[in-house]
Amino acid sequence: MNETIRELLTRVGGLPVAVSELEDGADLYAAGLSSFASVQLMLAIEEAFDIEFPDNLLNRKSFASISAIEETVSRILKAREAA
Amino acid sequence: MDMQVSFLDRLFDAGLLIETGVDGLYGRSGQFEDVIAAFERLIDKVGGADGAEAMRFPPGMNREFFETSGYMKSFPQLAGTVHSFCGSELDHMSLLKCMEVGDDWTKDQQATDIVLTPAACYPLYPTVARRGRLPKTGGLYELQSYCFRHEPSKDPARQQLFRMREYVCMGTEQHVTDFRQRWMDRGVEMMKSVGLDVTIDVANDPFFGRAGKMLANNQRDQNLKFELLIPITSTAKPTACMSFNYHQDAFGTKWGLYLEDGSTAHTACVGFGLERIALALFHTHGLDVKTWPENARAVLWG
Repeated sequence: MNETIRELLTRVGGLPVAVSELEDGADLYAAGLSSFASVQLMLAIEEAFDIEFPDNLLNRKSFASISAIEETVSRILKAREAA
Repeated sequence: MDMQVSFLDRLFDAGLLIETGVDGLYGRSGQFEDVIAAFERLIDKVGGADGAEAMRFPPGMNREFFETSGYMKSFPQLAGTVHSFCGSELDHMSLLKCMEVGDDWTKDQQATDIVLTPAACYPLYPTVARRGRLPKTGGLYELQSYCFRHEPSKDPARQQLFRMREYVCMGTEQHVTDFRQRWMDRGVEMMKSVGLDVTIDVANDPFFGRAGKMLANNQRDQNLKFELLIPITSTAKPTACMSFNYHQDAFGTKWGLYLEDGSTAHTACVGFGLERIALALFHTHGLDVKTWPENARAVLWG
């Protein structure tokens, strides 16, 4: 999952730095992720993992770092398994 | 909805708004305009000493600037583009034929270089950017324009063509957020002085779609937008009559607005929805201005 997220971030994130150089916990907004790019990232992740972010997870926090994205996606996948 | 329709009907009956057959597109009576003019004089009185540079643009803007602004990313559903007939004489004949039989004659209209202005400040940013770096004291501008948003509604407070009066501030983060706070305080005082009951709340713009939900949440999380709310057609959902927006350095980056030291300018804007304020006054004090409370009349016309 980490690799897929990094791939998508490279493709749609528009970051001025190389994604490979970012730590999992690095603040993506500080690294230059714009709010519009975060929306594109959200849509790309939904497509890649075949999930839909519920409204309450559509916020800056969910996309603040690679590990935050991993955690959010895992939560959604887990909730789907449980359902 | 019923309250909205009945208030709209009362405004039509009183002749304050004039029906055109299109929801959200209305004429205004002399009396309605007089209230707006009086409120604009009040705005001048409160903000005049700040020394803002006044600019007036027509309600259409350069399509190229509109495209750069990114409006279509966030609000494609609200935009209005201006299209014209650009064909030959033969095309003209088919156009007339099309109209005669009631077919869709608009499908061959071509986009012009003009887009309807979505907010009074949109033409300002590229204009200021062209001038070069901002002076040390930053920039302060005052604008007013008819604006277009495609959202047909029976709510008289949600018109498709309406006037927005704005102050825009450019400078450091501290400078522009102080400006925004100052106008939040002033806005509350102004509305109180004309007898309007107001609240201020954090808000978000009507971004399009699910992606927009995220933009809206981000905007709220960062306290970027506040609105001054007044009950007009609903007390449960009062209407935004002023908005106070901090854009961080988003417009500065987009348009290339720089301060004297070369750093990117932060910007903020404060907008008055002039029709909404007039409607709030008519709703609160009645449709006959002669019966409005003496102190509100004195502030507006004294």
